[in-house]
Amino acid sequence: MSRGSFWSVARAVAWRNAHNFFTNPAMVIPAVMFPMFFFIAFAGGLSRVDQVPGFDYDAGYTTFVYGFVLLQASTFGGIFTGFSVARDFESGFSRRLFLAAQRHGGIVAGYWLSALTRAVFTVAVITVVALVAGLNVNGNVVDLAGLYTMAVLLNATAMLFGTGIAMRLRTMQAGPAMQMPAFLLLFLAPVWVPYDLLTGWVQTAASVNPITLVLEAGRGFLSGDPTKVLPAFGVGLLLVSVTALWARGGLRSAERAA
Amino acid sequence: MSRSTLAVQVGVLARRSVVRTLRQPAMVVPSLVFPLILLAINSSGLGSATRLPGFPSDSYFQFALAIPFVQGALFSANSAGTNVASDIESGFLNRLALTPLRRVALMMGQLAGILALGLIQATTFVVIGVAFGSGIAAGVPGALVIVALSMVISLAFGCIGAFVALRTGSGEAVQGVFPLFFAALFLSSMALPRNLIETDWFRTVADWNPVSYMLEAIRSLVISGWDGQALALGFACAGGLALVALVAASAALRTQMART
Repeated sequence: MSRGSFWSVARAVAWRNAHNFFTNPAMVIPAVMFPMFFFIAFAGGLSRVDQVPGFDYDAGYTTFVYGFVLLQASTFGGIFTGFSVARDFESGFSRRLFLAAQRHGGIVAGYWLSALTRAVFTVAVITVVALVAGLNVNGNVVDLAGLYTMAVLLNATAMLFGTGIAMRLRTMQAGPAMQMPAFLLLFLAPVWVPYDLLTGWVQTAASVNPITLVLEAGRGFLSGDPTKVLPAFGVGLLLVSVTALWARGGLRSAERAA
Repeated sequence: MSRSTLAVQVGVLARRSVVRTLRQPAMVVPSLVFPLILLAINSSGLGSATRLPGFPSDSYFQFALAIPFVQGALFSANSAGTNVASDIESGFLNRLALTPLRRVALMMGQLAGILALGLIQATTFVVIGVAFGSGIAAGVPGALVIVALSMVISLAFGCIGAFVALRTGSGEAVQGVFPLFFAALFLSSMALPRNLIETDWFRTVADWNPVSYMLEAIRSLVISGWDGQALALGFACAGGLALVALVAASAALRTQMART
């Protein structure tokens, strides 16, 4: 049997991981429930926050929170795929995969396709819940394309970052090292109120956090008032490029160890 | 069996439970660090919510200080469940079933580790709350009541975790139930007082959610001082939940021991 080409490897890895994800409730339930609880808890419990003087977001608080939860779900779809990579190394599957596949880049591409599949599924569920809860989408089709492209960029960034760590450390114990930076970057952005209403050290952190730009652009797309689009896409592409190099280094490290 | 023998059994198992819990940094550290990180982020991120008319404090940090106590207790549920499931999976419970050990000793012993963890969490959160400028309006006695209530809450959630583990015998099932515990926290008056929650269904859920009353009891001691009604509701909810969960866990233990 010939050793696989780039895309055949990518397809096989993606299918296996997507299959593992969708057939394992222990993976599906937390992936969907965490962002959904965030959405329900904050869109419902904090809705009066949009009456704070200075809160200016016309599409409403539900839409404001959806903008964050969408990006959060995409990001964690990528991070959880990093966990799968680590699990494959622990179980010895990756070693066999490295022997079988000719183009190892296809392995990373396959993991990314599965990360994207996870994120699409989670985002679809959350979007349905959000629409039922009163999500107002004022943006047009182009705006929505911009929003979801932004989500895809964050998904790829998170997956490449997590994979880079998983391929270097090759243990599930690396989970917190993948999760914590993503968690901190997301939550040190204007999550519950616009940037101008943040106070204290979180405002300082948000001012230098690249996710702030992405989040503000995403919310602009939703409200039909695109803002900071070019800088946000610039940041998104930069993050993907840097983490792609990071994942490439991880792949080389795993190849040396295989 | 004499009372002293029971005390010895409880003591031995409690010591094992406490040592086992405290020897696992992966259990202790996240249960302290995650709630504190969220507290730090929320208190700055939602600071402007104090400008809402009727908000009970001019500091969101002071308002949000109650959250880590309950959130830490949710981690206790995970720890208790994981420890019990590990005893089942490793066969430790099977071996205990062959000894003249009383079930009540086993249950109390298992929960001792959770109470120890609850004590560490509550003391840490009180100290950090005071250190970062949130005075406790009810003073030192109020701080002691917060610690006591926090331990009852830890016991309640710990018993639920133990119940899930004893019913399923699986650590994975305990991990799977963990998000549901967080739902209980999120669907409460965690982020805003109930009277300021605008969404009707959410306010109704928060009204029926015992976690709201646990948070409000702690919050009353931090913000306004001694509020008998809030404290009675908080202790009743936490104690009631602990009692129900303890009875359910004991029944599950009886079934589990019978199986072995």
